[in-house]
Amino acid sequence: MTFKFNDVYINDTSTITGPYESEGPLGKYFDLCHKDLYFGEKNWEQAEVKLVDEAINTLVNKSKINIDNVDLLIGGDLLNQIVASNYAMEKFKNSFIGIYAACSTSTLGLILGASLIDGGFINNAITFTSSHNTSAEKQYRYPVEYGGPKHKSTTFTSTGSAAALLSKNRSSIKIESGTIGRVIDSKVGDVSNMGAVMAIAAADTIVSHLKDTGRNIDYYDLVLTGDLGIYGKKILKEYMLSEYNIDLKNYNDTGVMLYDLENQPVYAGASGPACAPLVTYGYVFDQMKKGKYKRILLAATGALMCPTMANHKLTIPSISHVVSLEVIS
Amino acid sequence: MKQNYQEIVKKHSPKENVLMNAVIAFITGGLMGIVGQLLIDGYSSWFDIPTKEATVCMLVTLIFFSCLFTSLGFFDKWVNFCKCGLIIPITGFAHATMSAALEYRKEGLVTGIGANMLKLSGAVIIFGVVSSFVFSLIRMVVGLI
Repeated sequence: MTFKFNDVYINDTSTITGPYESEGPLGKYFDLCHKDLYFGEKNWEQAEVKLVDEAINTLVNKSKINIDNVDLLIGGDLLNQIVASNYAMEKFKNSFIGIYAACSTSTLGLILGASLIDGGFINNAITFTSSHNTSAEKQYRYPVEYGGPKHKSTTFTSTGSAAALLSKNRSSIKIESGTIGRVIDSKVGDVSNMGAVMAIAAADTIVSHLKDTGRNIDYYDLVLTGDLGIYGKKILKEYMLSEYNIDLKNYNDTGVMLYDLENQPVYAGASGPACAPLVTYGYVFDQMKKGKYKRILLAATGALMCPTMANHKLTIPSISHVVSLEVIS
Repeated sequence: MKQNYQEIVKKHSPKENVLMNAVIAFITGGLMGIVGQLLIDGYSSWFDIPTKEATVCMLVTLIFFSCLFTSLGFFDKWVNFCKCGLIIPITGFAHATMSAALEYRKEGLVTGIGANMLKLSGAVIIFGVVSSFVFSLIRMVVGLI
């Protein structure tokens, strides 16, 4: 299911991160980096609420828009009942749609916002997403201080929040089209190998995007996937070539880009809903505005993992939503 | 040639260095054993107590320091490095319990610590009790014959 948007632009973005992200190679591209994972709050969950709050406030300050004039907020996160987003929204009077698509929340938000704007239902929208390393670790894996050894294929949930202001007002980044993915059973049950879980969903949605738009993969200067990590990236490249005969040449994964994989203890790379938008809004948009890339295809990928279902010995489903972004000169 | 997705996944799944991990666990676990033995010998000679009581003192000491180091925030790195060398001895049990207690402290004494402290280590207690019952039963039956 691909939507083509005539007139929707990303006017401004904001990126807030924790300490690990600022120490990574892209640290200088983020708006605000915190040193402490608590962000002055009492617990991890409230720290994530604060992240969302800060991302939206930073975006409002940057874009100089009055928050009361924003028609709709769309966002979600990884926590149960998407609490980080819901609790952050208490402070805002705007209408809000909470979404859950695991780590593909960012692109789903962009597609939904762009659809409502292009359809003429609203004038503008803010889409946001967040993830917090320790709150996710606590909910999905082990207590933070537990040091049991991890597999090399484990990914490291990024700490951060990213928000984007969408509207019909012309600006340099255009949301050209978006493809909504479907849930795919990866047939992988290994909770420490999310890259393998998600690569198949990324392949499926990228291929259906190309089919719907009638484009060749070379149409894009850069294809980005969300958070497959080192091994997921290799799996996707090989699977695309073997299954669809598509050679991903100008391809990278935001999970591989966010951290210094050699020197930071992040195993296979970054993950989390914040990973794809942090890298895209922070670094990739900067490069697009400088003229390095003209058209990019962003495929954020989500592993729809639930510890209870994993205990039931079920394999993990995954989903990917794709947006095509263009620089307008 | 078309490859099955599972085959591609298998091909690109990193191999864990089992031999290296075993060697590290063997050495660090052995060192842990030496520390324990030294503590038993020390306690029995300093306080002039039987070995059985000195063993209990040794266990309490190891549990105390595992919990303290976990709370100070660096024991997880030791466990991560030593792996089963620190997980299998009582240090691993203490570490798992303490890390869960720290994690859930903020959710209250009863609903937080009380309900979640044994989240990771509860299985060790349950199956420890069950297996000791089964083995005692076997011992009793064998003794009767």
